[in-house]
Amino acid sequence: MSEALELGSGTRKISELIVRVPLASCTLAAGASKVLESIEKALGKLGLEARIKKTGCMGLCYLDPWIELESRGLPPTIYANVKPEQAEGIIRRYVEGDLSGALAVRSEASGFKGVPTLNSLPEWRLQVRYVSRNCGFIDPESIEDYLRTGGYSGLKKALKLGREEVIEIVRKSGLRGRGGAGFPTWYKWRVAYEQRSDVKYVICNGDEGDPGAFMNRLLAESDPHRVLEGLIIAGYAIGASRGYIFVRAEKPLMADRLEVAVRQARDYGFLGEKILGTDFSFDVEVYRSAGAFVCGEETALIAAIEGRSRPRQRPPYPATSGLWGKPTVINNVETLAHVATIFQTGLDEFTKYGTERSKGTKMFCVTGSVRKTGVYEVPIGTKIRTLVYELAGGPPDGRSVKAVQVGGPSGGCIPADLLDLELDYETLQSYGAIMGSGGLVVIDNTNCMVDVAKYFITFTLAESCGKCLPCRVGVKVLGDILEKVASGTATLEDLELLRELGESIMRSSLCALGGTAPNPVLSTLRYFKNEYEEHVVMRRCPAKVCSRLVTYEIDPARCRGCGQCAKNCPVSAISGQPGKAFKIDTSRCTKCGQCLIICPFGAVVKG
Amino acid sequence: MYYEQSRTYLRTPQSGVVLDPRRYLSVVDRVICKYGADRSKLINMLQEIQREFQHLPRQALEMLSVKLGISLSEIINVATFYHQFRLEPVGVYVIQVCFGTTCYLKGSSEIYESMRKVLGLRERENTARDGTITIEKARCFGCCSLAPVIMVTSSDGSERYVHGRLNVSEGKRVVLDYRSKALMKLKGLKNE
Repeated sequence: MSEALELGSGTRKISELIVRVPLASCTLAAGASKVLESIEKALGKLGLEARIKKTGCMGLCYLDPWIELESRGLPPTIYANVKPEQAEGIIRRYVEGDLSGALAVRSEASGFKGVPTLNSLPEWRLQVRYVSRNCGFIDPESIEDYLRTGGYSGLKKALKLGREEVIEIVRKSGLRGRGGAGFPTWYKWRVAYEQRSDVKYVICNGDEGDPGAFMNRLLAESDPHRVLEGLIIAGYAIGASRGYIFVRAEKPLMADRLEVAVRQARDYGFLGEKILGTDFSFDVEVYRSAGAFVCGEETALIAAIEGRSRPRQRPPYPATSGLWGKPTVINNVETLAHVATIFQTGLDEFTKYGTERSKGTKMFCVTGSVRKTGVYEVPIGTKIRTLVYELAGGPPDGRSVKAVQVGGPSGGCIPADLLDLELDYETLQSYGAIMGSGGLVVIDNTNCMVDVAKYFITFTLAESCGKCLPCRVGVKVLGDILEKVASGTATLEDLELLRELGESIMRSSLCALGGTAPNPVLSTLRYFKNEYEEHVVMRRCPAKVCSRLVTYEIDPARCRGCGQCAKNCPVSAISGQPGKAFKIDTSRCTKCGQCLIICPFGAVVKG
Repeated sequence: MYYEQSRTYLRTPQSGVVLDPRRYLSVVDRVICKYGADRSKLINMLQEIQREFQHLPRQALEMLSVKLGISLSEIINVATFYHQFRLEPVGVYVIQVCFGTTCYLKGSSEIYESMRKVLGLRERENTARDGTITIEKARCFGCCSLAPVIMVTSSDGSERYVHGRLNVSEGKRVVLDYRSKALMKLKGLKNE
């Protein structure tokens, strides 16, 4: 994929040195803009003429910020965790042919045996970069870059076909929604297509409220035209005249990049009146939502665009009566990127991956207790173990995986002994989790499962819109019982009540938020009942997380006798002489944990 | 819990500095000019008002409700539903502590509590009484590799910083740093 070679001899001079710097929210947070500044300075100082290419992120977050250098006669080389002050040295050595300090080279080159190729790294080799093929390589704000990689050829092909043929291709592909439930994409399209209505809408759902899932943001920031192309194809298939891309205002860069893409597509005639000489007219607006987790739910998302809040009862489904009461198709960012790629590269390229019932690939965010946090695209049906251990490198030294939380607040925990499960919609569901948007949070032995359940319930409780009773009150009661468990005042009957209540909330809630909210509780209760019982019966938290169930002590070796803890103790349980080690009177201690937070030397320890 | 939030908002008088009513009116008028008296654009209007005042002042919302011909409670219903909107004025710097799953598991709640402690915040208080710092819990920023993460924004939106891989003591240091920066800014304003 060497671009310098493709450009030909006419542009030899500027293609001498290409510096790729990733500018996406995640790399910027890690300091990429400072690295960019220092690169510009270094180039001036070294007197080098180079083209700086601002790309998106390739998803290997633990390498942030990385840069890639490419030049004639030298292999494209990636440097990881670059600090601004290192930039000059790296560039100087690279142009002299010295690749020391590099992470990897993109392609094998003779004479540079010391540096591994990107493909020899398991976190790259085991991936199938299907929708994320351009991420971290092209400039997301350049439509020319996208066109050069085959962009909009999918749209051109689709526009030559009839609408029913387009839907038929999506049906044959077996593509299922990548946003959570895995609903067949073609089916929504078919229903909306069959509606008789002069106005129809398509909406790209980029709300992505799950904590720990950011593949949509990464995709839209790094390759926005792919998402847009998918949306235009969807609009054509159902006969819509208008599309919306729904993005959170909290993700400004994602919205900005998509807006740039929409403008460029308009200039190139991929949007607007009579697209590419056909009688299909279509335009897109990027909608910046004010942010609420429930907006990931279709009817709540529609309500937000209409200036209201809260989901409503289904049916009628949006495909028959959605935005402003018109037929509306809502697809996830990744789903639409898949649509575009399927039309660009053909059906076989897509269907050769995945399982019998779920075709293709899926991007997963692997975070938590792993060495190599990142977004990895793998075929559906890949084992959880492969993702956690081979791609993400497993937990850091001295820790062991206890569970993997899949699917965010609507998902569940899969225990360590079931890591050989395959990641597909049905398998996960039958084990009490969901695919969700594809966030995997690795939980290790220092985390308490009751605390994890409490965390998710607190999240859902804050996000519950309050419209229907089971969710509004039921989730609150779930939280109260979990609080009792965590503080050691619960009984075994309470655990039974948790399960019963959880099941009734799932049955009776109005929308998917309430319908999946008890999942984290039910799945931890199912696989980690021992841990719950230990809290209830022994009044002990094995992971020493639940502060009410641990004892606090002062380590005399670390205590410097500053007296901060004694001063801040609300029940005066700490005493001592200034300059000497202080002591906690455990009979008076209420286990509020203030001393632990306040101690400047980390001398307060949990026992 | 948005319904508790809206209840207290409706009952208690507006806190913070109250500006000249003409200031609110001019912003509300400008917003109505831009979007028309169109109920469906309410969220966009609120976003614009917040951009101006860094929160949604009660006075401005009252004017908006008259101009749009809808009740104040309907506006507050929408305003409390979405995370982006703030009903209370904020400090010079807003520190958002990420409460995404990864950050939480890596100890963001301890960092959050210790930061509040440093500022001497009481229960239900989010802004230091000297008006320097506001501390908020935030949803996932999507940079989980840096967990635990905080994002610091100046209330006028001109500065934005991210601090990652924090621990409790670094968190405290960061708060104090921003507090002294904010005090300088406030002093500068007074001198002008």
